[in-house]
Amino acid sequence: MTDTLLTAKSDPFVRLPRGVRLHHDRVRDMPVLLGPERALMLDEIGLAILTEIGQGLKMSVLIERLAERYDAPRAEISGDVIGFIEDLQVQRLVDYADA
Amino acid sequence: MRDLPLPPAPIALLAELTHRCPLSCPYCSNPLEMVAREGELDTATWARVFAEAADLGVLQLHLSGGEPVARRDLPELVEAARQAGLYVNLITSGIGLTEARLDALEAAGLDHVQLSLQGVRSGIADRIGGYKSGFDRKLEVAKSITARGLPLTLNAVMHRQNLDDLAETISFAVELGARRIEIACVQFYGWALTNRAALLPTREQVEMAKRTVAQAVQTYRGRLAIDFVPPDYYADFPKACMGGWGSTGLNVTPDGTVLPCHAAATIPHLEFQRVTEAPLAEIWQHGPAFQAFRGHDWMQEPCRSCARRDIDHGGCRCQAMALTGDASATDPVCRYSPQRPAVDALLAEIPEAEALPEFTYRR
Ligand code: SF4
Ligand code: SF4
Repeated sequence: MTDTLLTAKSDPFVRLPRGVRLHHDRVRDMPVLLGPERALMLDEIGLAILTEIGQGLKMSVLIERLAERYDAPRAEISGDVIGFIEDLQVQRLVDYADA
Repeated sequence: MRDLPLPPAPIALLAELTHRCPLSCPYCSNPLEMVAREGELDTATWARVFAEAADLGVLQLHLSGGEPVARRDLPELVEAARQAGLYVNLITSGIGLTEARLDALEAAGLDHVQLSLQGVRSGIADRIGGYKSGFDRKLEVAKSITARGLPLTLNAVMHRQNLDDLAETISFAVELGARRIEIACVQFYGWALTNRAALLPTREQVEMAKRTVAQAVQTYRGRLAIDFVPPDYYADFPKACMGGWGSTGLNVTPDGTVLPCHAAATIPHLEFQRVTEAPLAEIWQHGPAFQAFRGHDWMQEPCRSCARRDIDHGGCRCQAMALTGDASATDPVCRYSPQRPAVDALLAEIPEAEALPEFTYRR
């Protein structure tokens, strides 16, 4: 593993908790993440990351899949993906859970 | 006069389903004159309002009151809102939320519960809410909500008489398994204005509260999301009116009156419409109360030529009304306001702890 940001311990299982869901805003014609007191307008990358989470997966797998999908080196995207997810986790819009 | 461009679509609708409530908090945001049960909109009308709101761009629906659980048709209303595609949040004191009602609400698709907290122990909580054993019931309800896996936010309403319990209140939220806590310092309109002398915190309390929150944000990072609204009388600049008057949300009262914010009815000259008289979109786009303070044309100096006018929009119109008698004035909390000395005078007159006046409870 070339990724220094992810160790076994900090490779959490990522999932959307109950009460947080993706929604297509038909009036503004854009994807949004809906949660308690939050409606986050998503750009293409944000939508891709959150769609990939699906029923939940390990952070390392999430990065792997996105790297494949965008044909980008893991090392290049992992910082951004982890940052995006951590930011949502602190707001409790994403959960870290045991698989 | 030129026409203003159409306003952006609203994001949130606060539906005050009823003014009825078993509690009688002295800071209740309901008006001094409340709508009686007979005047409340029926199920079908609310369902239509939710659909119209979704068509207009609303994403978040807050079912509030009074106590929304006092509406027997609450599960039907939740279902109608979900069918309209809305995210449904219930704002409740928890009183009346039996297991059977929670089952029905869950089945109807309720997304999130926001439980109000009057105090962190039964003594203070029941005294503030004016309702005996309310705290114990609330505790049971909170446990049931988190046991079900329903997301829970605690809405802790803070003021002079409970702000010293802030650290305990935050750890209480964590122990309950709440995902979020909203620490909302009382804002002074309506009942809270009547009770201001008993509720306005001291400067020491506010400074302490800021330190407590900063510490808790670190301690509970990743476990509890913390939103903090400090009391603005102590601030240098006013709080921004939700992205600007009539720009993000609407409020519908129990009888269907549409307001730009929950306190807007305290501004006497505003003309409000009801959902039974005009389509919601028409009210949002052209309603006189919504147009009243959009843009900059209504502003006076010092706001009109101020560099911050698109940041805080001149502050809160309802607060300008309450403190200066002129809803178009600069929010007097602002350091640039010629009326700021009146706010400072209020802060200088805060009574000693032994001399706090009795509450006038909401009736
Ligand atoms: S503030 Fe208190 S009295 Fe007013 S609606 Fe809420 S719980 Fe009821
Ligand atoms: S003068 Fe008006 S716009 Fe400027 S900071 Fe004060 S309230 Fe805001």
